[in-house]
Formats: sequence, C-alpha cells, structure tokens
Amino acid sequence: MNLLSKISMAVALVAMTACTNNSALDDTNSVNLGGSAGAGAGSAADPSSPAYFQQAVGDRVLFEVDQSTLNDAARATLLAQANWLLENTDFSATIEGHADEQGTREYNLALGARRANAAREFLISRGVAGSRLKVVSYGKERPIEICSEEACYANNRRAVTVLAGGLTG
Amino acid sequence: MMKFLVSLFLGLSLMVTAAHAQNQPLRIEITEGVIEPLPFAVPNFVPDSGAASELADDLARVVAADLSGTGLFREIPASAYISQVTGFDDPIKFADWKAINAQALVTGAVNVSGNRVTVRFRVWDVFSDKEIEPGMQFSGTRDGWRRMAHKVADAVYSRITGEGGYFDSRVVYVSESGPKNQRRKRLAIMDYDGHNVQYLTDSSAIVLAPRFSPTGDRVLYTSYESGFPRIHVLDVGQVQRRVLESAEGTMSFAPRFSPDGQTVVYSLSQGGNTDLYTMNIASGQAQRLTSTPSIETAPSYSPDGQQIVFESDRSGTPQLYVMSASGGEAKRISFGQGRYGTPVWSPRGDLIAFTKQNKGRFHIGVMRTDGSEERLLTASFLDEGPTWSPNGRVIMFTRETRGENGRSSLYTVDISGRNLRPVRTPDGGSDPAWSPLQK
Repeated sequence: MNLLSKISMAVALVAMTACTNNSALDDTNSVNLGGSAGAGAGSAADPSSPAYFQQAVGDRVLFEVDQSTLNDAARATLLAQANWLLENTDFSATIEGHADEQGTREYNLALGARRANAAREFLISRGVAGSRLKVVSYGKERPIEICSEEACYANNRRAVTVLAGGLTG
Repeated sequence: MMKFLVSLFLGLSLMVTAAHAQNQPLRIEITEGVIEPLPFAVPNFVPDSGAASELADDLARVVAADLSGTGLFREIPASAYISQVTGFDDPIKFADWKAINAQALVTGAVNVSGNRVTVRFRVWDVFSDKEIEPGMQFSGTRDGWRRMAHKVADAVYSRITGEGGYFDSRVVYVSESGPKNQRRKRLAIMDYDGHNVQYLTDSSAIVLAPRFSPTGDRVLYTSYESGFPRIHVLDVGQVQRRVLESAEGTMSFAPRFSPDGQTVVYSLSQGGNTDLYTMNIASGQAQRLTSTPSIETAPSYSPDGQQIVFESDRSGTPQLYVMSASGGEAKRISFGQGRYGTPVWSPRGDLIAFTKQNKGRFHIGVMRTDGSEERLLTASFLDEGPTWSPNGRVIMFTRETRGENGRSSLYTVDISGRNLRPVRTPDGGSDPAWSPLQK
C-alpha cells in the first residue's frame, strides 16, 4: 500500500478510532485493547498525530506460530515506525507483545515478551533511543480477535507499539 | 456390554478395589483391580434440639457429597433405608443396613448451643457388625458448618482408604467474566467444592496464576496493577498485599513458594529473555537460577525443597526439566510427542502433573519424576494448569472451550483419569491452586 492510499484509509478510520477510545473508558481492566493510541489520538490527517501513527504508519506487526522473528512485512512496518519516532521525539512508546490462545498462560507471557523485545530491538537498531521504548507482554490475555481459528490467531500473535506523551497527550 | 466394561476397567492403570468380605476390615484399596465404588449410607444426623435440625440434615448431605464426589463411594439413597437412625447412641440394626448392601454407615449427632456447633459421628463397618475405630467430634461456629462436614468426610475417607483426606481445603483461583477480548479477572478463594467464594481483588487489573503458601495463609500471584506483570504476595486473612521488588523494565511472573514458605521461585523477563530466579521474601534478595537465551518458566519445587521442575524451550519446543533448587545443570524429563508445560510436583513427591499440547489438543497428564510412566488424564480443546489435592489423589485444572463464546471453568479428575467433574463457580474460573488441608 502506498503512502497516499494509507492516508486516505486513515482519514476514513478516524470516526472509528473515536469510538474505540470511548469504549476503552468503560473497560475496567484498563488495557488498550486494540493498542489504540495511549496518547490523544488526534487526527489521522496530521502526520505527527498518534492516529496517523496507528493507522498510516501501522502500529502493529504479526508473527508466525511460536516465533518471534520479524518477517519482511514486520521489518517494513517497524522501519516506518522508527522513522516516525525519530521525527516525533515528544513521544515515547510501550510495545505490547501478545500470543494466540494455543499455549499455556505463562509460556505465552514469555513468548509475548520475546515478540515485544524483537520489535524494540529493531527500533533501537534504527536509531530510536532505548529509553523511549518500554515493553510489556500480555501473553494470551488480550486477543483482539476471538475465534478459535488460524484467521484470528494470526492477528493475535502481534506486537503493538502504543504511543505515550506528545503534545496532544 | 459386560465384557466391554471389564476390558475398559482393566485398561486403566490405577484402580480401586472395594475389598471387603465378612470379617475382613472395611477397606478401599486404591490399587490396581476392578472398580466398584463402595456403597455407603449417611442418614441425616440426629439433632439434639429443634434448632439443630436443619443443620443436622445439611451436614449429612455435605458429608455424602464429599464421599460420592471421589468416585470411590456410592451413596445409597434414603428412600432405600429400612430403618432410621433416631438416637446417636441407639444400637445399629446391622441387618437392615446389610439388606440394602450399605457396606459403610456414617451416623452423627449435632448439638447447637448459641453460635457453637458440635458434631459427633461414628463410622460403621456394617458387614462386620462393628464400629471402625472410636467415634470423634468436631466443634466450631455455626457459619463454619461446612468445614465441620468436610472434616467428618475427611475422617471417614481416611479410615476407609488409609490415605489422607482433602475435603477440608480451599482453592484460590481467577474468577473470569466478560467476553474473551475484554475478560475481567479477579482473584477469588473458595472451598474445594466451590462453596463460600470470596473475592480477594477487584477486576481493575489483570491477575494471573495464584499459588498458596505451604501453610495456606498467603497467596502469590501476578498482577498488572502497575501496567506491567509483577509478583504480589497477599495475606489471605487480612487481605493485605504487597509487591515483590523488581527492577524497572523487567516483568516478573509464575511465582511459587518453596516448601518452607521463605522463598519464591519465579520467572523474570528482561530484554525479551525469560529466566528463573529465587527471592527471599523477607530480605528481597534475589538469586538467578538459569542463564540461557531460551524461555524458562512455570517452576515448581519438590516437596523436600531440594529440586525444581520447570518448563523450558531450550530444545526448540517447550519441555520439562528438573534441576537442583540452587540452579545448575538441568535434566530433561519429557520425551513424548508434543509440547509440555506447567509442571507441578505432587505433594507426595512421586509424580509430576503437567499440561501437554499435541496435535491440536491439550491434555492434563502425570508422569513419574524421572519422566517415565506418562499417563494422559484428560483431552480437550484447551486444558491447562494442574494443581494437586492435598493428598495427591485428585488434580484440578482449567478447561477453556473453543470459539467466540469460549469460557474458562474449573474441573477435577482423579489421577487414575476417572471421575472428571466440573467445579461449580459463580462465574468462569481459571488457574486454580489447591491449599493444603486446613488445620
């Protein structure tokens, strides 16, 4: 997807993002379910906004079963994330690692930590200061898709970069 | 049909025999043999006053439910009784109980004095026309009546099987509600049979995998209260809690007590790598046990505190390993097909319970501590996280159903693989941990 089409898609998604944020307020388990911006999302039309980061840059990368290695798509997304973070130095980020439900709870916590760290290491290798990047693993506690099929599992095996701080935060 | 049943029974490796002939002591030998639950009767206990009457019935029902729930005993319903027990000290009409084939008879009496309840009981070997050891009594407050019933049932179970009981025990677990992608979790504690549920935390932060201290007065668990997984220790009586020390930028989880209750073994994740550590609870001093680039988690001490069994993917897939409690070289013990996790050393020290994932199914299983004699006890879409009953006879675990409406609940199974039963909880439940027998 080229940048222009990403931007137009991002604009179309703005309304949806607002809804997500509202419903997140009711969630007493206080987890950012979709990894939507921890900082104020702003407008996706604004390239320095978390909404732009989330939708146009891409806030998440996916992993193969049991793996924490970054495939080409993941590296491309993370490269774009690194460039954005280098441009927007007011922001820090927490990278959330997740696993699908096929595994025991504690192993999946450790696996999510590996995935989050793989993303973090890549961002650092592209010049983002490690002090701006925290990691947390949710293991299999927070699937975004809930079917018990590979179609859902593939989206649940993810590392999501959640922004914090920034002028809009 | 008969032939099928017989061969099915012989196929199981652990069996129960109700070995009982005239003039032989009443005894269930929990060994190999044919399964025939022992028929017993528990007439409602004899109340000493009108105030005790409802309690007298309720106590007998809980004793009966405990015994029947083991799968080793079969209750004869009251509708089959020929004679009633109307006085605790009246002579037993053995012929009437023999006629309905009640091999064991439990009689009891209840005294209520203010808020104080006293239960006396006797266990009779019907076909030998005699009492099995002298009667006993338990006293307590009225709101603790279920515990008294469990203590009676533990005594009956012990006398007939020769093994320790497990009914007067509690389970700490994670109560779950809400859909899969917004699940709310809070710590709860209950009696082993699902009664008397109390909540120990609210659902404002994810909580995972609680574990009892060896004396049952404290609980270790993992909470996301800080935004990151950290180990908390909670005093059950006072519901006071504190966070164990952990360095910024790390995650800690999978805590378990050492058998002396002084030390916690746990996983610490730093820079994406997860290793095992111990920490002295009083001093906060930590010691690293493993140092490998692989995942090391789900540790469990042997009952003598000398060894730790844990899960590691150092071979490429998660497998079980045993090492000294002070760390050092580990020996792999799981070699079957599939992935192994969540090993838990039995309180008797002879077996290790585990979760196994193979060909898209999950199993709870047991193996000897050297990895031999692996037996799978369950199979489903997702079974995990075994915990042992205090006497090492029964395993409780989490079963999650598949799909969008997937729900977690608690089950028990005997270590023979028989007697799979749901444990009823008000909401969903996961990550059970069984307490020791209460004092």
